[in-house]
Amino acid sequence: MTNIIKNGEIVESNFVVATGDDVDISIDNQLLPLSVYLENREALAGRNDYGVWLDSDEEVELLEDNIDCNVIALNFTAFNDGRAYSSANILRRRYGYEGEIRAIGDVRRDELEQMIRCGFDAFELAEGQDIEASLASLTGFSVSYQPTADRPDPLFRNR
Amino acid sequence: MTSTSALSSLLTDPSFIDPTNVFFTIIHRVCCDTPNQTAICPQQTDIGQRYGSKPKAGIVGRFPSQDILMYQYDAYDQKMVDERVAQYRDQTERFLAGEIPADEFQQLRLRNGLYVQRLAPMLRIAVPYGMLTSEQLRKVAHITRHYDKGYGHFTTRQNIQLNWPLLEEVPDILEELASVQMHAIQTSGSCVRNVTTDQYAGSAKDEIEDSRPWAELLRQWSTFHPEFNWLPRKFKIAVTGAREDRAAIQVHDIGVRIVEREGQMGFQILAGGGLGRTPVIGSLIKDFVEQKHLLTYVEAVLRVYNRYGRRDNKYKARIKILVRAMTPEVFAEKVEAEWATIKNGPGTLTDEEMIRAKASFTPPDYESLEDVNPQGELITDNRAFGDWLAHNVLPHKVPGYAIVNLAIKSTGVAPGDLTDEQMEQIADFAETFSFGELRVTHEQNVTLADVRKQDLFKLWQALVEAKLASPNLGLLTDMICCPGGDFCSLANAKSIPVAEAIQRRFDDLDYLHDLGELHINISGCMNACGHHHVGNIGILGVDKKGEEFYQISVGGSADSAAAIAKILGPSFAREEVPDVIETIVNLYVDNREADEAFLDTFHRLGIQPFKDAVYPSND
Repeated sequence: MTNIIKNGEIVESNFVVATGDDVDISIDNQLLPLSVYLENREALAGRNDYGVWLDSDEEVELLEDNIDCNVIALNFTAFNDGRAYSSANILRRRYGYEGEIRAIGDVRRDELEQMIRCGFDAFELAEGQDIEASLASLTGFSVSYQPTADRPDPLFRNR
Repeated sequence: MTSTSALSSLLTDPSFIDPTNVFFTIIHRVCCDTPNQTAICPQQTDIGQRYGSKPKAGIVGRFPSQDILMYQYDAYDQKMVDERVAQYRDQTERFLAGEIPADEFQQLRLRNGLYVQRLAPMLRIAVPYGMLTSEQLRKVAHITRHYDKGYGHFTTRQNIQLNWPLLEEVPDILEELASVQMHAIQTSGSCVRNVTTDQYAGSAKDEIEDSRPWAELLRQWSTFHPEFNWLPRKFKIAVTGAREDRAAIQVHDIGVRIVEREGQMGFQILAGGGLGRTPVIGSLIKDFVEQKHLLTYVEAVLRVYNRYGRRDNKYKARIKILVRAMTPEVFAEKVEAEWATIKNGPGTLTDEEMIRAKASFTPPDYESLEDVNPQGELITDNRAFGDWLAHNVLPHKVPGYAIVNLAIKSTGVAPGDLTDEQMEQIADFAETFSFGELRVTHEQNVTLADVRKQDLFKLWQALVEAKLASPNLGLLTDMICCPGGDFCSLANAKSIPVAEAIQRRFDDLDYLHDLGELHINISGCMNACGHHHVGNIGILGVDKKGEEFYQISVGGSADSAAAIAKILGPSFAREEVPDVIETIVNLYVDNREADEAFLDTFHRLGIQPFKDAVYPSND
């Protein structure tokens, strides 16, 4: 199992990312592709041993607001593709989703803090990233201007 | 990777240059004889010695006790800038230690304004809405002297660029900037850039409301916005609060125009304007947004763009392509739907915050003066002073005051360049004559916005002495020009020698004044850093089988009636360009009616006579 950062600590990942259309949904502890999840929503009902992952071009609106899994992973096809930040923000601030939002794909140390601010709380780092050293980059800024998932009130409401 | 190899691979890889709309540095006072791959200039080797005298950044309140007329950092603002310096220092050290790959560090340093280009790195310093205090300009002068080669370049985005900083010294430069409430945050990269506005804000006679508080609120909102740091492309917002649009809001990704509706103040929002290789005038997407909703509405626009803007082709990634592909109507609907989910949420501005922002731009302590021109007699006696008054001085909303434009473009000097000494002189002039505050304009000039009319003659004399009094504001020789092929590896052709050849051809000031307002904009390639699309006459460098050629267009405008210039026809060799410009100007002079401006004559005649004149063989 790979290690991930979750809530600021290094822990062993409890999920593997499943890819392709012919995923066997009976296997537990998988992050299912969005299409597989949507097709099997009824069959998966009541289970809490799976998660779903979305690619950066997949609209989080497809999950609708009755999200019934505990882990949603958002894939970064490239570290400089910023779409997943908006997806995480919508999940947290529009849908009030409180489960885990995991960053997967090209996840690098210097973007972790931005991800946290948008609502990510778990990170499976890209290959070659130093997970221990990355812990130092989770909190670089002690204040911020905008209303975000981690600080719902903008600075001006507390000034 | 060792630090040396990391650095040299960075410097030799042409892909490290952001390809579009980079106001590449104009380097005409090169102190090194040969192209300098490691960017270490003889002047810059004694690093240790300079470090000894470097002032340290502290917290707030480092300005002298005089009243400051612009937004002042509180402890929060200062903390963020200081924390960014620390973060960037760590990133630079990790890069030099080989711990951050070059492609990733490129993106990280771009978000702090550091480019690596043909000869050396370039650092772009943010000047939010173009405003500087004398104190800040002196700090910039100090930085150019101690970390660079003693000059800086003022850009069309109201920023200041350093041409020769050392990559490993940039964290120190940033720390120096932070000590006077300045930074280089988000001056490049695919994120929200420096918010620009009317250089005469607060002083202009035609102002509906001061735009600067709104520009500052947008600056804060966009600074380190975690959701919008990795947009499809760069994103530029401009705000105007006057009847005449001096901020060119129609060619910005978002244009914000302050309007009044039935006694209520609010904003009109344009989206999808821009220059570059596909010039587009922005579309009106919202006719009225109440003031308190500005930030949530802009957030909705950015979210739609972040999610749906193209990422597969960087030449089609700007918001203008998205707005056009969706149609402005559909784009506006999409924004409206997104906005509905956050409108009235925590991002809605509070009355206290709007009051706080407005109170940050208090009018200076104006005296009550009679609005007479005390130099009436001098004007008739002194032709040069009269010319300067007529061209570089503008009316002010307060009686007895005037807005003064300093001419920082003279023949033989690259447009927008100022030496450290000139910066210090300008800082002094601002302090003596204009409440210690000045503005950088998008025409690459400098404005003193609050000068007593009774001081104009004295100021003019001082400016003449400093060679900053050329009365060519808005005239043909007041050209906008990118650095071009002399220094930029993206350019197809050189642009500075073209500007200089035109300046030399039109060296008769009387004739220039007779021609009146006529804007020539020059870009060395289609990335349009010189804004050639909106020049009354635009000049674009093109590559024709390895030779440098120039395409000429006519009829562009960046003011309230924004228009994209029309191309006349096949391109010309460089030595032909001054002749072509002269032919165009002569046609205008021969055909103008009374005081008709160049653009008006062009609109009346249409493009055909201009084509016929420059391509006579077509007759």
